[in-house]
Amino acid sequence: MERLGASEIFTAILGQFMPVWIGLVVILVLSAIFQKKLGLYGRLFTSPIGLVGLTLVLFWVLTALFADQIITMDPLSQISGMKNKKPGWPVSGMEGSYYLLGGDNLARDVFSRMVMGSRIVLAIAPAATLFAFMVGITLGLPAGFYGGKLDTVLSFLANLVLAFPVILLFFLLVTPEIRSTGIPLVLSGILFLFPIIFFVLLFWSRYQEQPTKLMVLLSITLVLGLWAYSGLAFNADPLGVFYMDPNLLNIFVSVVFVNSPTVFRIVRGIVADIKTRDYVAAAQTRGEKPWYIMLWEVLPNARGPLIVDFCLRIGYTTILLGTLGFFGLGVSPESPDWGMTINEGRKFLAVYPHPALPPAIALMSLVLGLNLLADGLREESLRD
Amino acid sequence: MGIFLLKRTGVMLFTALCLTFAVFFLTNLEPNLEKLTKSEGNMRMTDVEVQSWLEKNGYRQPLIKRYGQWLGVMPGWTRVDEETGKTTGRCVRYADKATNEIPTHCGLIQGHWGRSLVFKDEIRGIIVEKLGHTGKLMLAVMLVMVPIALVIGIIAGMREGSKTDRSLSTFSILTTSTPEYVSGVILIVIFASKFGGLRWFKGTSATAMENVTFENFTLPVVTLALYGLGYIARMTRASMAEVMQEQYIRTARLKGLSFYGVVMKHALRNAMIAPFTVIVLQIPYLLTGVVIVETLFNFKGFGWTLVAAVGNNDIELLLACSVVAVVVVLITQLISDIGYVFLNPRIRVS
Repeated sequence: MERLGASEIFTAILGQFMPVWIGLVVILVLSAIFQKKLGLYGRLFTSPIGLVGLTLVLFWVLTALFADQIITMDPLSQISGMKNKKPGWPVSGMEGSYYLLGGDNLARDVFSRMVMGSRIVLAIAPAATLFAFMVGITLGLPAGFYGGKLDTVLSFLANLVLAFPVILLFFLLVTPEIRSTGIPLVLSGILFLFPIIFFVLLFWSRYQEQPTKLMVLLSITLVLGLWAYSGLAFNADPLGVFYMDPNLLNIFVSVVFVNSPTVFRIVRGIVADIKTRDYVAAAQTRGEKPWYIMLWEVLPNARGPLIVDFCLRIGYTTILLGTLGFFGLGVSPESPDWGMTINEGRKFLAVYPHPALPPAIALMSLVLGLNLLADGLREESLRD
Repeated sequence: MGIFLLKRTGVMLFTALCLTFAVFFLTNLEPNLEKLTKSEGNMRMTDVEVQSWLEKNGYRQPLIKRYGQWLGVMPGWTRVDEETGKTTGRCVRYADKATNEIPTHCGLIQGHWGRSLVFKDEIRGIIVEKLGHTGKLMLAVMLVMVPIALVIGIIAGMREGSKTDRSLSTFSILTTSTPEYVSGVILIVIFASKFGGLRWFKGTSATAMENVTFENFTLPVVTLALYGLGYIARMTRASMAEVMQEQYIRTARLKGLSFYGVVMKHALRNAMIAPFTVIVLQIPYLLTGVVIVETLFNFKGFGWTLVAAVGNNDIELLLACSVVAVVVVLITQLISDIGYVFLNPRIRVS
């Protein structure tokens, strides 16, 4: 078989991404039609920068969803004779199969690995950011609202973590040895509690007058929350649904730990500003309890900057995960994690640039999409 | 002002103590100590042998006591071997050559930073040397990054919403989205491999420690500068755009001053307050970048040493690197706080 030319590779890749294109068109057209009813999200369609960002992010989300359909080869299997082969090289012994973006140093398909890598990033980064926001919000609200000693202590702790160089923290926290000491378990045991605390406070502060509704919501939160908590933090889920690989847990917890102090500082700053507003005073005069005011008056009004920061932070977390992979601290040595693939590819960069470039460009485009999206959202939310 | 400075310095010292203790704790975890024992002794040591080695070498004292010794505020441990009568101890290596007297305290404060297992040398010398290399890199990065970022930010913020602003802002976003390990790889492929066809620069800076040339130093500097550039530029732009909307700028324009006269004389000074803080605080962020870039380009500076210390379980060296990193971060924070107060007359400290 002949090696594919540049234009053939290009069309073949475009074709492989077909489910993504269809998904993109459907989502964008539907959103454009119902633009007026979609609030902040709908207004994104009036800002070119925001739209480009949204498209890039959607592209990668859809790629992660349809990864099984997009890949042409198994991302882990090594096929002999394909080591470091150039893009478009035909797979020996398999009629009509090509390594669209060439083979890496272990004779695996670069294209399929890049596509599968999106799954890892998009499974970890948004979830880790969400957890960091739960921690940051649950601690930042009272710190900003009450001030005083509580604020001093929490701010000092946050500054302590922030003064720690990120890279050093990762070198110390994400090692195979540290798992045997149980430190990641302690950290996850503490950090994973915050989402449960957040939702319990959220419902409890609002529905105290409606005991039945409160009971239902609280029991759902507690059952689901504690179930997931036991599985994720301690791998003790009786049904075995929630489970996290110890190494993944280690990475996840470290990323949450690094991000939460920054979120805490942002929330604290916004709350300290918002609590002087008239509607907060009105709620206080009505006799509302502090947690009701924090969660149902202050927090919804702080959503603009928080949503923007959420997008930026997912991008930052993606970069962090890449950094971890780059230093060989990734999810697992075999996995098609982008950072790890870049690290493996960089050693042979002068001779074979094709294994390192696709994951590098993929990572950059995802982060760029998130940053542009955040920029568009910021501009639109400022118009209020 | 004096009290403010004193208070800030006090908080800084307390933070430094907490952080160094955290680092000390994390580097002296049981598995790390076991690994150290086996690399110092031999790989086939039994658990009992490991424990007795640790006992003999002072690793079985309470952690807080060992931290105090390492810091130099507690006397170093000594131990007299019952059979040979030889004295071993933390400070034996630092005995006075003339009198053979062993100092009681030997720690960070006394300047005894320990000995590196990887480099087989006194750590203080290594750190000073490597910091020198990294200092060169940082200086070059700052000289490239700060002026470009400021110019981009000022031009973009001068006329908010214009076409120039839009394109410069998009460029800034693009650079902040490209971490060093991505831009480094792309730059090497374009400028230093046969595929880009340019081959202007070298893809490695292994020779740049002794002899900096345009060829071996450009790519690491550009890689590092690019990532930080966008952030500073965006902060400058935001600050500039805010200042340009102030009443006094309009007054100056209405008074008949030219647009550029207003920008140069009235806007710039006030617009530079926020970017100053950002630039100083950028230094700790550069640290991660330094580690990545030095690894990528094989430039044997501070970041490279940190990676080497981690990779080889060189506990003492890692501790020393961490202390330096923490101190750099804390000092930059202090400088940015003080600078902000000096630059901004609206903030009164009392």
